[in-house]
Amino acid sequence: MSRMPLIDPVLPAFTTPSINYYAIAPILIVFGAAVVSVLVEAFVPRRGRRVTQLVLVIASIVAAFAVTLDLRGTRLVTGEGAIAVDGPTLVMWGALLLISLLAAFLMAERTIDPLGDAFAARASSLPGSEDERQFAARGYLQTEVWPFLLFALTGMLAFVAANDLLMMFVALEVMSLPLYLLAGMARRRRLLSQEAALKYFLLGAFSSAFFLYGAALIYGYSGSIGFVAISDTLTAKTAEGSLLAIGLALLMVGLLFKVAAVPFHQWTPDVYQGAPSPVTGFMAATVKIAAFGAILRLLYVAFGGMRWDWQPMLWIIAALTMLVGSIIAITQSDMKRMLAYSSIAQAGFILVGVIVATPQGLGASLFYLIAYGFTTIGMFAVIMMVRNASGEATSLAEWRGLGRKSPLVAGVFSLFLLSLAGIPLTSGFVGKFAVFAAAIDAGAVWLVIIGVVASIIAAFFYVRVVVLMHFADPTEETASVAIPSAFTTVTLTAATVMTIALGIFPQWLLDVIEQAGVFIR
Amino acid sequence: MTELMPAEGVFSLIWLLIAMPLAGATVLLVGGRRTNAWGPYLGILTVSASAVLGWIMLVAMMGNSPEERTFDQTLFSWVSVGDFQADMAFQLDQLSMVFVLLITTVGGLIHIYSLGYMSHDRDRRKFFGFLNLFVGAMLILVLANNYLLLYVGWEGVGLASYLLIGFWQYKPSAAAAAKKAFVINRVGDVGLSLAIMLMFITFGSIGFQDVFGAAGEASDGTLNAIGLLLLLAAAGKSAQFPLQAWLLDAMEGPTPVSALIHAATMVTAGVYLIARSNAIFNLAEIAALTVVIVGVVTMFMGAIIGSAKDDIKKSLAGSTMSQIGYMVTAVGLGPVGYVFGIFHLLTHGVFKAGLFLGAGSVMHGMNDNVNMRRYGAIRTVMFITFITFAAGWLSIMGIPPFSGFWSKDEIIHAAFEQNTLTGILLIIGAGITGFYMTRMFIMTFLGKARWEDDVHPHESPKVMTIPLIILAIGSVFLGMALLFWGNIETWLEPVVGYESKEAPISTGVAIALGLLAVGIGVLIAYLQYQRKPIPVEAPHGSWLTRAAREELYGNQVNNALVVTPTLVAAKAATAVDAKGIDGLVNGSAAFVGALSGRLRRYQTGFARSYALSMVGGAVLVVLALILVGAS
Repeated sequence: MSRMPLIDPVLPAFTTPSINYYAIAPILIVFGAAVVSVLVEAFVPRRGRRVTQLVLVIASIVAAFAVTLDLRGTRLVTGEGAIAVDGPTLVMWGALLLISLLAAFLMAERTIDPLGDAFAARASSLPGSEDERQFAARGYLQTEVWPFLLFALTGMLAFVAANDLLMMFVALEVMSLPLYLLAGMARRRRLLSQEAALKYFLLGAFSSAFFLYGAALIYGYSGSIGFVAISDTLTAKTAEGSLLAIGLALLMVGLLFKVAAVPFHQWTPDVYQGAPSPVTGFMAATVKIAAFGAILRLLYVAFGGMRWDWQPMLWIIAALTMLVGSIIAITQSDMKRMLAYSSIAQAGFILVGVIVATPQGLGASLFYLIAYGFTTIGMFAVIMMVRNASGEATSLAEWRGLGRKSPLVAGVFSLFLLSLAGIPLTSGFVGKFAVFAAAIDAGAVWLVIIGVVASIIAAFFYVRVVVLMHFADPTEETASVAIPSAFTTVTLTAATVMTIALGIFPQWLLDVIEQAGVFIR
Repeated sequence: MTELMPAEGVFSLIWLLIAMPLAGATVLLVGGRRTNAWGPYLGILTVSASAVLGWIMLVAMMGNSPEERTFDQTLFSWVSVGDFQADMAFQLDQLSMVFVLLITTVGGLIHIYSLGYMSHDRDRRKFFGFLNLFVGAMLILVLANNYLLLYVGWEGVGLASYLLIGFWQYKPSAAAAAKKAFVINRVGDVGLSLAIMLMFITFGSIGFQDVFGAAGEASDGTLNAIGLLLLLAAAGKSAQFPLQAWLLDAMEGPTPVSALIHAATMVTAGVYLIARSNAIFNLAEIAALTVVIVGVVTMFMGAIIGSAKDDIKKSLAGSTMSQIGYMVTAVGLGPVGYVFGIFHLLTHGVFKAGLFLGAGSVMHGMNDNVNMRRYGAIRTVMFITFITFAAGWLSIMGIPPFSGFWSKDEIIHAAFEQNTLTGILLIIGAGITGFYMTRMFIMTFLGKARWEDDVHPHESPKVMTIPLIILAIGSVFLGMALLFWGNIETWLEPVVGYESKEAPISTGVAIALGLLAVGIGVLIAYLQYQRKPIPVEAPHGSWLTRAAREELYGNQVNNALVVTPTLVAAKAATAVDAKGIDGLVNGSAAFVGALSGRLRRYQTGFARSYALSMVGGAVLVVLALILVGAS
């Protein structure tokens, strides 16, 4: 009898994955720059480091943006199905790159704080130690934020383009790890900052575990990690359902954590408050875009076939997120914590656009994310500038009567607040309107009603700050506004212009988003 | 309909007539204190330049044949929504031409006069800014070629009037008077806006040419409704019954304002509106009759009020009401009266401005005292003011050959052509005019001095007397000039129409009757005020005098009919709002706040409890998906 060969004599040929390098060039450029940035930290002398890093960061982001512009109209899947470059990807890439550039300017700011910039003289030294005092006294300024920024950005760019679960997980981690570190690097109130970083890391790791487990279950269900394959399995209904339900649920836990949806939101206020303000601004604006981009692609491409199943779940999450975020924000007395709850509530509003699972909903969500991103980065620019003797003045009491002392800055901040509140002629109004309109068209009337109620509650705390700044008399406590360098000024101006422009002439961006079309399958 | 001429040559500058004063206002009001030094001169310059341009246009217009004197200039499409079309477009014809000249020329003189009158005021620059704003808005009003643009000017003059009445806003009475004028004018403005809407519904357009061309096609009811709404608007702006109450209070403003806005120009806007809309009123008999009634009633009310007031400006204000009553009556008479209403408007604009400025000159010398009982014998110290005021006095009474004689006589005659009763009433009104103007003249300039102790009257500076002299010359000659040299009927006829009917009495008889009535009025005033001493304290007086001092209870009527019910309604609404709606809102707010306080407690700051809540959330999400999937 012939023996069966132990090994198939014909070895399966190893085929190199075909990758369209130009299509993913934006990711590669930023990633490459991140690697170089590490080398710069190691080899370039301290004197030239800042300039080198700045040139590297700005050049790489601008180059990536230019390639993104050039890629418009591209619609392909590359890397053996791991990465999808389509209209929504490109729109989000553009937004992420622009907002990251503005955030980079905030991180580069060195005029506002008399001690230097927003980052610790040596992040590793123990708060309150002799070591720390010495470094602070020498006035050291570090440049290690730049590689972190670029790595995080790399992760975000990959996150929104990820077309299979593994890619998505890797991107999630590449995005998150630098952020955990950045959150702990504040120059002032270092204990608070480090506590925030640790919490963020612990809970983030926890949520990543959920995601990973979910990914495993889905692989068990469909035998594949590719979104398209998962979708095909769903259509064929060949496998058992509970694996699918639990798998999707756990994936969503991981992603909803990142967008700070209730009940996965509790890290947000602590981290927003503890992290250095430029980092908070960067995180608040870009992670929201990246994570929602991932949620949209996952739900629309991989699980679009079972939207009747996940819509009720997200419906509850969205309603909870809008209401809890808005309600808790009312009693906050710290500006950054209030904005954290505001960002939770905003996540709820965006979820309303996600739930409807129509091209209209996709477009509305994208518009909302972009509008929110620019407004948010502007708000944190202002927060950086409003200071007292011991640093940023984040207590609401210190903002009393600010409009009398600094009408321009307070006016701009009021514009941002009104935009978040969704007052017409601001970008926030157009975003809310688009999202709610899409939801109404899809029949989610009750969710919109909850959304409007939450908006009213939210308007209360936004407008309260406006009133506090402009209609109350300054007290001795009232903070003063530091004169920023050109970096912050550029960011603030760009954020202001976008907030007004998208409020009055939203059509061009709506057109861009509409031309971008839907996700590629 | 006359032919529309393209605005070429000098007429291509129609926009500049308006732009110059508006630019002046902008510079003065935006420039702020930096323009204090030269601001007033800029204000005078812009208006004078407009006046010069206006006179050049008049000459150019006279060179054209009467059918070719309507010039149309469209600057740009202003509002275009669906079928609704309103252009930023001007129409200069014979009617707007005379208004342009009145506004810019009298306005310019008053600007110059203000230089002296306001010389001590800290906010002089602002004052000139407002005056410029007024002139610009008034020019928009009379030059617009559609009702919407007219409405812009209409509101603009209302705003300027409000700002100027309340110019001395630190005086509570001035602030209140400004508010009162504004609110009452709003009532009239509602009429105008409703009229415009009705026109658009009926004719599909609000352009003068379209509306007047199509007026014949509308039903009588619609035309009467439009006419009555326009009358409501006119009554508000021109202080006609029942919206007359604001004008007397408006005298709280600086005297040049009273002269420019509340005598010569703005208050005649109602007359302009009716004359401009003649195509509608010619077909709307009820509306036209109502116009006549309103005019006659106001003519009497104003005259009676003017007879009793001791405040020289309020007496003049009553007189203004009364004289505008004449004009409104005239334009209500239809084609027999339009031209004479406008004619009287022009002569009145000049002599009344002169009278007001004369009164201002007297006040200037009397420490701003307005009580005529403390005047007397001012002829001895202010000769120029005395002479110029006398010219105005004779003119307003209608003594030949002064300006007022020609215009008022023509109105009375036109009234007889249409309706004998109206004519008789207007003659009686002329008699009362003779009484109150003579009373004022005697109390102020003649008799014995009843001055307060620390008053040392003196003649005003030249910058004030020269405008007085020019206006006095106008008071003497303008009537003759317009009638014999200017041929006012033929001049205006292409725009407003003119026809003459057989009157029951001849012109000569009408003149004689009018003069007789005036003579009786003058005689009574002479006997009452020249022959007897004037007490410094006002005597108790007859019931009519007391009623007239109370402005015929106009304010009381307004209070009883409108103000009190409105206040009651407002209080009721406030109560409902505070108890009901606010209660609901505050209750919800308190609920949300309490909820917020509770939810906040779950934010413990411990990472372990956060993680627990995530697990709870994960369970929730899993359950939701499984339950939905299973169902």
